[in-house]
Amino acid sequence: MSSTVILFLAVFAASAVEAVEALTIVLAVGVVRGWRSTLIGVGAASLVLAAVVAALGPALTHVPISSLRLVVGALLLAFGLQWLRKAILRASGFMAQRDEAIAFERERAEAGAAASHGASSMDWYSFTVAFKGVLLEGLEVAFIVVTFGSTQGHLGLAIAAAVAAAVLVVVVGVIVRGPLARVPENALKYAVGVLLTSFGTFWGAEGAGVDWPGGDVAILGVIGFVLASAFALTWLLRRRRVEMRLSVEQA
Amino acid sequence: MSRLRTFGRFWWDFVVGDDWRVAAGVLVALVATKLLTSSGVNAWWLLPAAVVLLLAASLWRAAGKSAAR
Repeated sequence: MSSTVILFLAVFAASAVEAVEALTIVLAVGVVRGWRSTLIGVGAASLVLAAVVAALGPALTHVPISSLRLVVGALLLAFGLQWLRKAILRASGFMAQRDEAIAFERERAEAGAAASHGASSMDWYSFTVAFKGVLLEGLEVAFIVVTFGSTQGHLGLAIAAAVAAAVLVVVVGVIVRGPLARVPENALKYAVGVLLTSFGTFWGAEGAGVDWPGGDVAILGVIGFVLASAFALTWLLRRRRVEMRLSVEQA
Repeated sequence: MSRLRTFGRFWWDFVVGDDWRVAAGVLVALVATKLLTSSGVNAWWLLPAAVVLLLAASLWRAAGKSAAR
């Protein structure tokens, strides 16, 4: 599998996960308070995200590749390790798994409790919640698109992967008419965390002057190493959790 | 001022997250790799090893905090 295919899959999975979370927020607000202001908020946030990618993506292609890989590698590592850390804590039971059905009910209750927009044609509550939801979830995707796309020299492909995932999630959301609770979100986050950490390690080391044994194919070895380490750490934490429970029960 | 603080806080959370030691450790590992490669050592093994150690230490801290609660 070439690194281009892995790039597409990584951006697609990350975008799908974030789109599922944004869809939950947008659906909850839209269903309770109406669609007009909610969709204007979604549109405004999408424009801001497109502007971020349009401004940063081409600008980064002018940075020398070794410097770009060092900076992008460092950022991706810091960012990817956050995803992987949370995913392992969730998988081992130290952190609650994200549940879209619960998130949807919470957002719906908050939207219902918020003040009405009265006679005004614009519901600023719906606009703000939809705008913030899409922008905050989308910024992570924009970051991944810009870093992956510019470092690999495939910005267009990274954008296409992100847009394809978002469109797929929206289409399925419209068909289902509810939050996508069945999407294996936590497993996807685990996979994205592994990929971000692996690419961050690979590019960061290259940017620092390393020659990987085997050249570009070494990325597969790095992914395998990070994945195996993540599984081992998840297993160890699960054991630790069981031991903690037993010691509490015995006390 | 509070808006500036909120803005800074957002980017700190976005890039660094819950455990600043991980981000700091990544920087130290990258600098060490750069120093080794500059002196002729192809230290491809350093960053993957550092990443796993940093992740393990961060997870253990988080699990300990969770148990203490």
